[in-house]
Amino acid sequence: MTTLAPIGRLRGRTATRRADVVFRGSTRVFGGAVIATLGVVAAVLVVSSAPAWTRFGVDLITQTTWDPVRDVYGALPFIVGTLYAAAIALLIATPIGVLTAIFLSEFAPRRVAIPLTFTIELLAAIPSVVIGLWGIFVLSPFLRDTVDSWLIATLGWLPFFRGPSFGVGLGAAGVILAIMILPTIVSISREVLSSVPNSQREAMFGLGATRWEVAVKAVLPYARSGVVGAAILGLGRALGETMAVTMVIGNGQDIPVSIFDQAQTIASKIAVTFNEASGGFQTQSLVAIGLILLVMTLLLNVAARLLVSRAQRGPIR
Amino acid sequence: MATEIRPGADLPAVPTRPTIAPTSGRVPAAAPDPAPAARTTKIEARDLNLYYGSFRAVRDVTMDIPANKITAIIGPSGCGKSTFLRAFNRMHELAQGARMEGRILLDGVDIYDRSVDAVDLRRLVGMVFQRPNPFPTMSIYENVSAGLRLGGGHKPTNLDAIVEDCLTRAALWDEVKDHLGDPGTSLSGGQQQRLCIARALAVDPEVILMDEPASALDPIATLRIEELMLELRGSYTIVIVTHNMQQASRVSDQTAFFSMGEDRAGYLVEMGQTATIFTNPREQLTEDYISGRFG
Repeated sequence: MTTLAPIGRLRGRTATRRADVVFRGSTRVFGGAVIATLGVVAAVLVVSSAPAWTRFGVDLITQTTWDPVRDVYGALPFIVGTLYAAAIALLIATPIGVLTAIFLSEFAPRRVAIPLTFTIELLAAIPSVVIGLWGIFVLSPFLRDTVDSWLIATLGWLPFFRGPSFGVGLGAAGVILAIMILPTIVSISREVLSSVPNSQREAMFGLGATRWEVAVKAVLPYARSGVVGAAILGLGRALGETMAVTMVIGNGQDIPVSIFDQAQTIASKIAVTFNEASGGFQTQSLVAIGLILLVMTLLLNVAARLLVSRAQRGPIR
Repeated sequence: MATEIRPGADLPAVPTRPTIAPTSGRVPAAAPDPAPAARTTKIEARDLNLYYGSFRAVRDVTMDIPANKITAIIGPSGCGKSTFLRAFNRMHELAQGARMEGRILLDGVDIYDRSVDAVDLRRLVGMVFQRPNPFPTMSIYENVSAGLRLGGGHKPTNLDAIVEDCLTRAALWDEVKDHLGDPGTSLSGGQQQRLCIARALAVDPEVILMDEPASALDPIATLRIEELMLELRGSYTIVIVTHNMQQASRVSDQTAFFSMGEDRAGYLVEMGQTATIFTNPREQLTEDYISGRFG
């Protein structure tokens, strides 16, 4: 009896171990599938764009003429447009988003913070097309008649703010993108700020800090890597966002300088052109700029993550 | 009072914010100070009740904390010691649903009076916490001077001297003077706690609250903190909450023993000279606790 009992107990474990194996196997399969998907997408992009790369080489990136009639393709205006629009979006959305997150996590009472957080996250659920329509009919005319004319009047001497403004253009696209990435930045920043240990707040309060000083000098520095991470995720979305941008960016073909210029992002260019693309190298060139967008997103993510890890001091994640 | 010159208080002049000292004019007129020079009681708690929502954590505590002495508060877990301590710098009110009844007087001034700003109060009543909590993104130097860089703008010109002085008082200067630029979190646990003490000293408090300051430290680091407390005694009024009865008996002048009632509210069982409490307590409950029969 005394020897049987442990053996019985040992046998009983086999069932759970089998479950363990199944579980481990399936997690590996699904985990691998994610990476495989990225690999397949990249491979397809490389293969289908190969003819364009052999024909044009770096001209695809450095040239400014995109002309299906002459079958010559250079995507520099769209690359610049993509970065420009994303930069405007980030410049607008990061301060607003981080301040909102500070308000939600440090100042708002729970009964305000919870519904407000929910509402902001709902903003992310609005379909891109709907935001685009709103951009065309409400935002663009509004910007043209108010903010834009003021900017031209006061900062018009800078090339970035040279008029005239037609409403639609890079600036409108940037504002639309800012609205679209705001929920991401707010909800992730809020989460990161809320997870800062209370001992950090108490340490600052104990020195005679006001609530604002606690938020800015203790909580925000502690959470800064997470806040930067939130901005990066926002940036990722801003680079790739297509529909709403296509609707308000104005489809210009030149390298944009002023924020009032009509421009094109890589994503919007592909969306606008792909259906009618035929003959020559046009389709392959469109796939090629898709690949450029993918690489740009990856590089920016890696660069930002490096930046975050270098900015880190002390035991913060 | 803020203007009193304390023995050993040789800090370089720090431009302080308006304090709640009776001379500052921010204090209710009806705050007569009977004999300022001879005042031996720093803090008076009167019929103090502290709540978290409907839960009463501390019940009817009346206590006098002597000036420039070390007062230890001992008692079993959950008896409201820390909550009580946090009422002294109005940290209690930061918790969700926290509220209080009764009065706390600092140098005869009601610190919960509407004319008293909790932010100013906390510069007079500093705090050291259970776990060392240096700011991880700040260097050692920045940690010590963090409190001095609050309040917008005018930071003292002699910041270097203040940082050195505070680190010296916290018995940390010799260990860190060659790498003040390193992050505060690069230090050992015991050093971090002394850094936190230096940080509290930098804003020139009169009272220092210590909430189990050595409970996360090893015995040697604990001993250093205790030595440090004895050095600070005389210059500062120190109130320490501790689980460790030996610690209370080693460092404190006065000991207050808290226990928990049936309603789980903490109350003061007795308070007296530390030697008396540990050798000849008045109450049977205290006797049982210090002899290890419960708690």
